[in-house]
Amino acid sequence: MSERLVIIGNGMAPGRMLEHLLEQAPGRYAVTIFNAEPRVNYDRIMLSPVLSGEKAYEEIIIHGDGWYIANNITLYKGHKITAIDRTARTVTSDHGVTEPYDKLVIATGSVPFIIPVPGHDLPGVLTYRDLDDVQAMMLAAQSRAKAVVIGGGLLGLEAAAGLNLQGMEVTVLHVNPTLMERQLDPAAGYLLQRAIEERGIKVITKANTKAISGNGKVEQVELADGTIIPATLVVMAVGIRPNAALAKEAGIAVNRGIVVDAGMRSNDPGIYALGECAEVNGMVYGLVAPLYEMARVAASQLAGNEAAAFAHMDTPTKLKVTGIDLFSLGDFAEGEDRQEIVLRDASAGVYKRLVLKDDRIIGTVLYGETADGAWFNDLKKKQTDISQMRDTLIFGQSYQGGAPLDPMAAVAALPDDAEICGCNGVCKGKITGAIAAKGLTSLDDVRAHTKASASCGSCTGLVEKLMVMSIGDKYNPAAVQPMCGCTTLGHDEVRRLIIAKRLKTIPSVMQELEWTTSCGCAKCRPALNYYLVCDWPDGYADDYQSRFINERVHANIQKDGTYSVVPRMWGGVTNAAELRAIADVVDKFEIPMVKVTGGQRIDMLGIRKEDLPAVWADLGQAGFVSGHAYAKGLRTVKTCVGSDWCRFGTQDSTGFGVRIEKFMWGSWTPAKVKMAVSGCPRNCAEATCKDVGVICVDSGYEIHFAGAAGLDIKGTEVLGLVRTEDEALEHIVALTQMYREQGRYLERIYKWAKRIGIPEIKRQIMEDGEKRKAYYERFVFSQKFAQVDPWSERVSGKDKHEFQPMASVGFAQAAE
Amino acid sequence: MNWIAIGALSDIPRRGARCVTTPQGKVAVFRTQDDQVYAIDDHCPHKGGPLSQGIVHGTAVTCPLHNWVISLETGKALGADEGVVRTIPVKVEGERLFLALEALASRAA
Repeated sequence: MSERLVIIGNGMAPGRMLEHLLEQAPGRYAVTIFNAEPRVNYDRIMLSPVLSGEKAYEEIIIHGDGWYIANNITLYKGHKITAIDRTARTVTSDHGVTEPYDKLVIATGSVPFIIPVPGHDLPGVLTYRDLDDVQAMMLAAQSRAKAVVIGGGLLGLEAAAGLNLQGMEVTVLHVNPTLMERQLDPAAGYLLQRAIEERGIKVITKANTKAISGNGKVEQVELADGTIIPATLVVMAVGIRPNAALAKEAGIAVNRGIVVDAGMRSNDPGIYALGECAEVNGMVYGLVAPLYEMARVAASQLAGNEAAAFAHMDTPTKLKVTGIDLFSLGDFAEGEDRQEIVLRDASAGVYKRLVLKDDRIIGTVLYGETADGAWFNDLKKKQTDISQMRDTLIFGQSYQGGAPLDPMAAVAALPDDAEICGCNGVCKGKITGAIAAKGLTSLDDVRAHTKASASCGSCTGLVEKLMVMSIGDKYNPAAVQPMCGCTTLGHDEVRRLIIAKRLKTIPSVMQELEWTTSCGCAKCRPALNYYLVCDWPDGYADDYQSRFINERVHANIQKDGTYSVVPRMWGGVTNAAELRAIADVVDKFEIPMVKVTGGQRIDMLGIRKEDLPAVWADLGQAGFVSGHAYAKGLRTVKTCVGSDWCRFGTQDSTGFGVRIEKFMWGSWTPAKVKMAVSGCPRNCAEATCKDVGVICVDSGYEIHFAGAAGLDIKGTEVLGLVRTEDEALEHIVALTQMYREQGRYLERIYKWAKRIGIPEIKRQIMEDGEKRKAYYERFVFSQKFAQVDPWSERVSGKDKHEFQPMASVGFAQAAE
Repeated sequence: MNWIAIGALSDIPRRGARCVTTPQGKVAVFRTQDDQVYAIDDHCPHKGGPLSQGIVHGTAVTCPLHNWVISLETGKALGADEGVVRTIPVKVEGERLFLALEALASRAA
């Protein structure tokens, strides 16, 4: 029978430990995890990008639910362990679950330090440790009000930058004279402060917080010098301390943290501790690299290798604020026996400092230009004598040995044991070895096999260079397919950044996201225009010059340069007056072809562009509006005759189709959306190959989606069954809005659904009522601005220039 | 050079085009984001698509029929495609635009 291993805490360290353990001793333990947070293991380093809106929670999950199931691990989510009984060898959770163990791992992490000033417990005072804190901050940020961040260290500055991007007015209070004084010297701290202030964040140094006050909630922060700063949100990010209370109560030896030996063993032989709660050789750690090293050691110990031991290591620090490059490592205090090399370029905002002792690097601070960080780290780690290259050392690796090398050569020149990924302690040789041995061709493969670049991602560029170096053209960088040649960003990144940075015009997107062309191309411009229309319905002026011709002139261009026109027939229903008006228009404008479409509409083909406004004027008089047969938007809702006429009809499919169409017309979507409503499962409206379809049944409405009958043929997926027409409408609208917000431009619903996963869509639309309502309401809001008939606008004179030549040159002039 | 007045710069939207009809067919007159003006035949060298209806980016236009990208400066297809369309000299005097007549007439001759 396998031994019982119980783990208290489900952060990154125990998660990594389990990965190693499953590899080294599969099946040896029956594993049970208690997680005080109600969720799976996620990448805490990436909380700042979540706060700034650059990443979503789903993107930072390390182990999804499936991983626990596949590995037979029992995970109690939202269970906090309240007691360890070392005699009985059991742990008990606050929900009353008691679990026996043979081996116990304590990984309770750390708790944020709270300054005990008056008002520290008011609602609106938060810390910055986990996803709950981030979600609370994002909620508070919706007010766009004022926030104060206490603490100008790594976490505090990341929180401030995130809140600033979320639209809050942020002030950072820092007790020391310069920011991040533990990682940066004063000069770099000053540059950092200037860069932070340039983003519109106020920084007050030497600030002693005296009190937080307010009536029932936070209203202001008062400093010792009497300054009052109004704020509705206060984030305390002044440091952490190991969370060792549980261990202490159980009588385990605790100093600052839980005292463990180099093998991660506490003074109770069956109990191990690792992560931020553990104290090894008098040191506690907060950065991920040493924590992962602890995980490796603990896993080896649990697998039976008692020689595995943890050794102290210095870890470089990096700030995860987009646009600020900062690198700090080792010891950089001044001293009699130390020398330094400094490089400053004030206008470029570059500062580099190396601290040397006996011709060896002991500390490095890089600001503004950090590419050589890995190389300096390597020189420090190996204690390389740098006296031979001292004159050029500060310029970096490419300046050693004469002419500057290209960046690829610099990577090639790194020794095999040079560390590439600081977070996971992966060296160059391990990466190139894995690429060769396992035939890896994509960045994701390398991440999966070596963990390099899988945590904070700042070494991604180096890893990519290694891949190019190893396999050349076979390297497939298309893990993220760029939108087009004008950018390296993919559609999803661009969409996220549009919202995160609140970009509301095409030029501002191109400026902020560093487009490489002056005004984009025919691929990216229509996509950006759609994203902006969708994301800022009330604040973005549609850019017609970035729309494809059909959407600019509201008709379909044909191969000879003429156009076709399709008026809207709600649900495919028409009458004698409408048909007469169409016949008259066909006669009057000598329209050469009239045809019935697949979506139950009438198409008039071969109309000259100059005639379009007059054609629309005549059609408009008969009550017709544009059928949007040209739009990446709602096209048609096809119906059968339903319970009004059909002897099999179960519901009023025609009426419901008309209702959907009248509710949703005019909306823009990533690609065209075609719908249908069938009155019974015989399905005469062919609803089961549409983007969204409804099959009426006796008990209600079965909603389908993600069908295709074009380049691909695919039957629909069932979203679910609802009882009433009102519910069906709400579900369909919510589904469409979800697609509008997540779909990539030109990506049909079935492709989007395949990418997102049908279960996730069902979960958000069928199961999560709040989410559904929110999608529904956002759609309704955007319709206020979208439901304007483009034809009648143009009959009234809008975009006149589109339809008339600017001049006509006659024979006389030309022959002169 | 015989210059024919065709209208004002403001008649054409930025990153857009207007047509001038001539006895030899339509000429597309383009205005770029930074107010440079170019004229080319409104006829894609690929399958005759109306280039004036395309999306204008930098000093190029993408044909609305099959996405060929044509340089407004040279009339040549960019990228992997091969083909060329006639360019017509344009003169900008203040706000006013002129097309070169000889170029037009020479094609008729």
